[in-house]
Amino acid sequence: MTQAAVAGTGQTTYAKDMGRTELDLACEAIRAACGDAGLPVSTVDGFVSYHLEQVAEVDLVTALGIPDLRLMARTPSGGGGAASILGLAALAVEHGTAECVVAFRARNRSKTASYGADPNQGGRPWAKAGDRLRDFRQWQHPFGVAAPAHEFALIASRHMHVYGTRAEHFGMQAVAQRFHASRNPDAIMRDPVTLDDWRAARPIADPIRLFDCSLENDGAAAVLVTSLERARDLRQPAVPVLAQAQYGAPIHTQLADFFAATAAFGERDGGAVTARERLFARAAVTPADVDVAMIVEPFSVAVPLALEQYGFCGRGEGGPFIESGATRWPDGDLPVNTHGGSNGEAFIHGVNHLPEAVRQLRGTARSQVAGAEVAFVCGAISDPSGAVLLGADR
Amino acid sequence: MNERAASYPRPDPVAADDARFWEFVATGELCIQRCAECHTPRHPPRPVCAACGATTVEWEPSSGRGEVWAKTVIHPPTLAAFASRTPYGAVVVRLEEGVFMVGNVIDVEPDELAVGMPVEVTIVEVEEGLHLPLFRARW
Repeated sequence: MTQAAVAGTGQTTYAKDMGRTELDLACEAIRAACGDAGLPVSTVDGFVSYHLEQVAEVDLVTALGIPDLRLMARTPSGGGGAASILGLAALAVEHGTAECVVAFRARNRSKTASYGADPNQGGRPWAKAGDRLRDFRQWQHPFGVAAPAHEFALIASRHMHVYGTRAEHFGMQAVAQRFHASRNPDAIMRDPVTLDDWRAARPIADPIRLFDCSLENDGAAAVLVTSLERARDLRQPAVPVLAQAQYGAPIHTQLADFFAATAAFGERDGGAVTARERLFARAAVTPADVDVAMIVEPFSVAVPLALEQYGFCGRGEGGPFIESGATRWPDGDLPVNTHGGSNGEAFIHGVNHLPEAVRQLRGTARSQVAGAEVAFVCGAISDPSGAVLLGADR
Repeated sequence: MNERAASYPRPDPVAADDARFWEFVATGELCIQRCAECHTPRHPPRPVCAACGATTVEWEPSSGRGEVWAKTVIHPPTLAAFASRTPYGAVVVRLEEGVFMVGNVIDVEPDELAVGMPVEVTIVEVEEGLHLPLFRARW
């Protein structure tokens, strides 16, 4: 079977209220990924995106002049699928379905940019649910639980109760990521913050405070996946996809199911536990072999949960792991979100984490982990999700 | 002029099973769907039993008793209906039947909510024609 590799990455400027369409942003990121690899855009023969992506494949075909598109694939949901879109692109290349597949995400989600009436177009979907609740929102909105911050706060409270995790643990991760962002010229938030700043910032939904939250901004990011053999002949060092695994656990927007199935903590395993063994076995590595991790985090609380469920620390030890400095560059054993993550660099529904994992393995990250050979990327822990392992081609 | 609080968002489900749940609530009862074959409870309602695959259901009154499984205090409101009452508490309750529900505890200050707190359901007409299953502390 063909081995897949990332051959190119692309991203737009990340900023608030850019005033550009999502198609425009997607085209820029995709063209940049092709340019990075040194391939003409016309070689792209596959697109993978989130099921809620609003840029249609047919529009990309027309706008970019794609002559022979062979693969169109989508995966749930938002940030949960950040690693899975790369994993699916790799699967398609490995099986010969397509040879040059782009995984991407484009967002124009500014508060004021109500882009269309569809719940997933512009603004916040939960704010557009209206006062007639037809679907799953009927089980949460009448009780004032409507935003992901509320849902993550509830999940965090259970973890705190079972394991003694403290709100400051989430704050420490938020602060570490803002430090990483301060070193990244592409980051929206360039000013570092302290834990005291975190404490002084306004509460959103206890224990979540402002700096724990992902940013609200526009932008797009893309990665181009082809065969390792072909990638070795291209402009950039090839970054092999070592393994991918997905899991179909319930989502934070449906908390009754979420708690019943995955997030009881202590009483029941989290969803990612089911993907962990498959992921690491396929790559023939262990969590201890991972040099750097990109953990998609709509809120900083997602980081300790992912660290635990994927086996980077023991159950309930995510908070102390962060407190030890392990996730902070340069001295931590496992620097996490070295570009600044969703609260520092940008919120592209986690897809901006993919180029950073690739940079780390090419040795070109701004906060470079010396000699990084294995990078881990996972989607948001609170969704149907998954992870990939990437390697340096040495 | 008095500010009138915005209306609650109202359940208006497509699924008949969901509508049935709210019909029970409107009559003052918290009823949980159970599989008619293997009697496994499930909530929210679903068309199939995940345990045995049966599609026939029965509805049973819940004991209404449970414990706070998770809690938060919400500061900036997302929904207009809650704008006048921030900060407010929200909880996930695990009922004795083993199912989970999102709700509010009406007689406990937000800062006094605690995971593990025993609660029992109380159905409240929060505005004309809208009944919600809320909770009170069981002291």
